[in-house]
Amino acid sequence: MIPLTNELLACAGALAALMLVCLLRVAKGPTAPDRVVAADAINTMVVVAMVLIGGAFREVIYIDIAIIYSMLSFASTLFIAKHLEANA
Amino acid sequence: MIAFAVFFIFSLLFYLVLTAGSGNIVFWAPEELFFGVLFAAITALLAKRLFQAMGIKPTARMLSPKRWLIFLVYAAGPFFYAMILANIDVACRVITGKIKPGIVKISPGMKTDFSTTMLANSITLTPGTLSVDVDKKGNLYIHWIFVKDKQPSVADICGSFPKWVRRIAE
Amino acid sequence: MMEIVVYALLAIGLFFQAMGAIALHRFPDVYTRMHGTTKCTTLGSIFMCSGVVVYGAVLAFSGEAQYAILSVHSLVAALFLLLTNPAGAHAIARAAHRSGVMPKLAVVDRLQEAKKDDF
Repeated sequence: MIPLTNELLACAGALAALMLVCLLRVAKGPTAPDRVVAADAINTMVVVAMVLIGGAFREVIYIDIAIIYSMLSFASTLFIAKHLEANA
Repeated sequence: MIAFAVFFIFSLLFYLVLTAGSGNIVFWAPEELFFGVLFAAITALLAKRLFQAMGIKPTARMLSPKRWLIFLVYAAGPFFYAMILANIDVACRVITGKIKPGIVKISPGMKTDFSTTMLANSITLTPGTLSVDVDKKGNLYIHWIFVKDKQPSVADICGSFPKWVRRIAE
Repeated sequence: MMEIVVYALLAIGLFFQAMGAIALHRFPDVYTRMHGTTKCTTLGSIFMCSGVVVYGAVLAFSGEAQYAILSVHSLVAALFLLLTNPAGAHAIARAAHRSGVMPKLAVVDRLQEAKKDDF
């Protein structure tokens, strides 16, 4: 099998472009939950981009970081949701 | 004791999956096995106290291989199929912009918190529905992107899922 | 030959991720946007991670056995996203409704009715 380094990196780059699209929603708002939803979507895309980069460079450590990042982003989403609820 | 066993086995399994390929006792190096058992025991002790403080009791049912098998069949079969349909549905709605949203209420009548959680997660990933809230009686409030019926039955929203979830989690 | 499978998985995944990102701008309120982001990004992530899973498995079968762990770890990452994404969305939806963000264009809102007569 030929190495797919460039293809995987191109996909990670495309995901980075999609993250910018989501970032536009974070900037526009209009309400706090809108921003949190967009940030959550960005988190998911970051995890996938890390997995792709790990595949491209054939380094498992990137994928381990992606797993930890997905756990931390989940915890942060829950904390922000709690915060929004408490401020209701 | 059961709580300790459940947490110990799950954390040990997770550790073993992440360190597979490190040596040659089957797939693991001896030091990885030693530290896996040590860390799983510490994690299980901490998690047991934490869950006791929150009043959540894990049961031995979580270790039943039959339930895990049904869970895998469910995840690979009906659930995955519904998820693909859901994505095509949402993609069409993104392109056409045809929506008629509303929040409806269903009473699936699940017995445990765990099965309610699992049903709510399944509903979120299946066509046109998103669980928003749950009340003390176990009624789910569902955001439906295209309301066909203001008083839907459980089958309208989630098809055969409650049957599967009952078999897995109750 | 197996490259085509990886390309197909990556392309399908990228399409759904793009749909999730566009849904954020197409839909009018936070709940409908959440439909787009949770469903599309979860399935898109699963497809893209499976691309790496297949890539690692093919590398492992063509003689470089150390790359099998690439597959296993990508699978674990995909599994985590599958478990945590809907739960996170549920938490945000609940917080949004409790902090007073009402669904726009809604034809019915049973949760609001339930809250009025003592939830």
